[in-house]
Amino acid sequence: MSDAIELLLNTSLWASVLRIATPLIFGVLGALLCERSGVLNLGIEGIMTMGAMSGWLAVYMGAPLLVGLMIAALCGAVMGLLHAMLTVPLGLSQHVSGLGITLFASALAYYLYRLLVEVGDLPPTIEPFQPLNVPGFSDIPVLGPILFSQALPTYLALFAVAAMAYVLARTPLGLAIRMTGENPHAVEAQGLNPIRIRIGAVVVGSALMAVGGAFLTTTAFNSFFPGMVQGRGWICIALVVFASWRPGKALIGAVLFAFFDAYQLRLQTAIEGVPYQLFLMAPYVLSIVALVLVARRAEIPAALMAPYRRGER
Amino acid sequence: MIVRLERRTHVPLHLVVIAPLAAIFTALLLAAGLIAAAGVNPLMAYGEMLTGAFGSRLSITEMLTRATPLIFTGLAAAVAFRARLWNIGGEGQFFVGALITAWIGHSLGVLGWIGIPLLMLAGMAAGAALLAGPAFLRLRFGVDEVVTTLLLNFIVILFVGLMIEGPMRDPLAFGWPSSVPVDGDFRLPDLIPRTRLHIGLLIAIAAAGAVWLILARTVFGAETRAAGLNASAAAFAGISLPRTIMGVALLSGALAGLAGSVEVMGVTAGVTTTMSPGFGYAGIVVAMLAALHPAGVVAAAVFVATVFVGADAMSRATGVPSFIADVIVALCLLTMIVALLFTTYRVRR
Repeated sequence: MSDAIELLLNTSLWASVLRIATPLIFGVLGALLCERSGVLNLGIEGIMTMGAMSGWLAVYMGAPLLVGLMIAALCGAVMGLLHAMLTVPLGLSQHVSGLGITLFASALAYYLYRLLVEVGDLPPTIEPFQPLNVPGFSDIPVLGPILFSQALPTYLALFAVAAMAYVLARTPLGLAIRMTGENPHAVEAQGLNPIRIRIGAVVVGSALMAVGGAFLTTTAFNSFFPGMVQGRGWICIALVVFASWRPGKALIGAVLFAFFDAYQLRLQTAIEGVPYQLFLMAPYVLSIVALVLVARRAEIPAALMAPYRRGER
Repeated sequence: MIVRLERRTHVPLHLVVIAPLAAIFTALLLAAGLIAAAGVNPLMAYGEMLTGAFGSRLSITEMLTRATPLIFTGLAAAVAFRARLWNIGGEGQFFVGALITAWIGHSLGVLGWIGIPLLMLAGMAAGAALLAGPAFLRLRFGVDEVVTTLLLNFIVILFVGLMIEGPMRDPLAFGWPSSVPVDGDFRLPDLIPRTRLHIGLLIAIAAAGAVWLILARTVFGAETRAAGLNASAAAFAGISLPRTIMGVALLSGALAGLAGSVEVMGVTAGVTTTMSPGFGYAGIVVAMLAALHPAGVVAAAVFVATVFVGADAMSRATGVPSFIADVIVALCLLTMIVALLFTTYRVRR
């Protein structure tokens, strides 16, 4: 038991927290943006898989790492556009369409990977993002390695949280997005087009999800393999509820979650005699518990999952 | 151009039949582009798929063996979706049904064939119990069941891994870990000798009939439909929504659990983590292609099984990755929901 506590004092545990949180931060921001505009995007799991594959593939074929992230974002945006077209102008069930996107995007990613990549005994690898030391800060004892020695996408994720919080809370665009999620008729009355706002939010949100997926293959690991997203998308959907649809709280949720994940990974090796599957279950169990805890006081966007049709009430 | 969608007061029968056919045709057309990208003639590839699923007595029985669990999981999704209970946990319910069947079926001693229905009941109970949790959380706390059932799938697969590497490990299994097998008495008899096709297919078709009876001819079935069409109107009419939703959850979970139970007794004998190529998820596509109708589920399950079994054979013959099957099935789901839109609405200028 003392081992378990000793682990908490280990700097490398805390340094890994932000790394593990990064794909979740991108994913939860993307899901949050879609839902704030009134569209549930259950395509997230497949979109992250697509992002993981396409970002990796671009780099494998010779593109620079940052271009890889952009290609991933583009592929995610295309999938998002498909979900948006089905659920916003056509008003189809967001649940079923989202699941369809997840099945389609992951199947397509696996198919294209098999088609375009020669896989031998081991999956081929790329040179991933390396940790970037922030000059002057990374040498600070303890805090330096935890906060200022991360890979570039992690800093991008933190910047995205700030940008999302600012845009949603402080700009006319953010107000329009939030209003579309609460009362699209009021948006229409203001002379804005709720259909376009929703499509835009879903496309941009899906691009963010895909970048989260690409982090897995361009930073956390250096190869792609089927099933690697492992339910992170669904966990993000739970985290949005946990965060009450607020970017700042979403960051806290993702980091908290990543801490438990990092801790259980280390406990697996520290504690013997407990089946490792029990530790691996922890993130999923934790997500369900988090959902139950906040469900009562969740401030759900009022028009979430309600299709908008002009002239209909 | 301004188009308006106007709800049809009556859905003509020919549209009900045309919609899934149009959806499947469109999906195959879209997937043809991907097959062509692999440098293979799509028509030839689809020909290989048909031969792979229908070309011989053996391939037909293999296809029907694959369709059997899909009928159960398709029914599970159809029952739930009708009441707007989004049960995406078919995969997890399949595995708990399989696991409990192997566990009891191995340790129950000699009961003879009488044990078979008992084991099915056990599988159904396990599946129902697994979905009762998320249904309770939705009714009591308002927690969305999509996320909880999805997360439970991951938890269950890990639990299966824990059991088959630990307490239920088969000491005689080589290579990948497998659970202990069910007793020989509890293996389902073959439907056609010297093939893998077992009487589970008949049980699945009977289940489809039973579900149709329940939905079309009982008060519970009418309440289910009312709850799905308009929950507040149903509540106003005096239908207890929590009771209906919980009833639907138990029925849906039981059907998915039965899929796992029958698969263990009919095909695999023991449980492995790879025994399902996504039966639970594919069941959602089956249900949607069937427009949530029990009779349609049987036909749609045969179609999806054809795609899966056919794609394996086609992949061996042409080198097109067999993931094309998952692409086709997913595309069918997306095209089908668009096709359904045209059966419930008409386009007005």
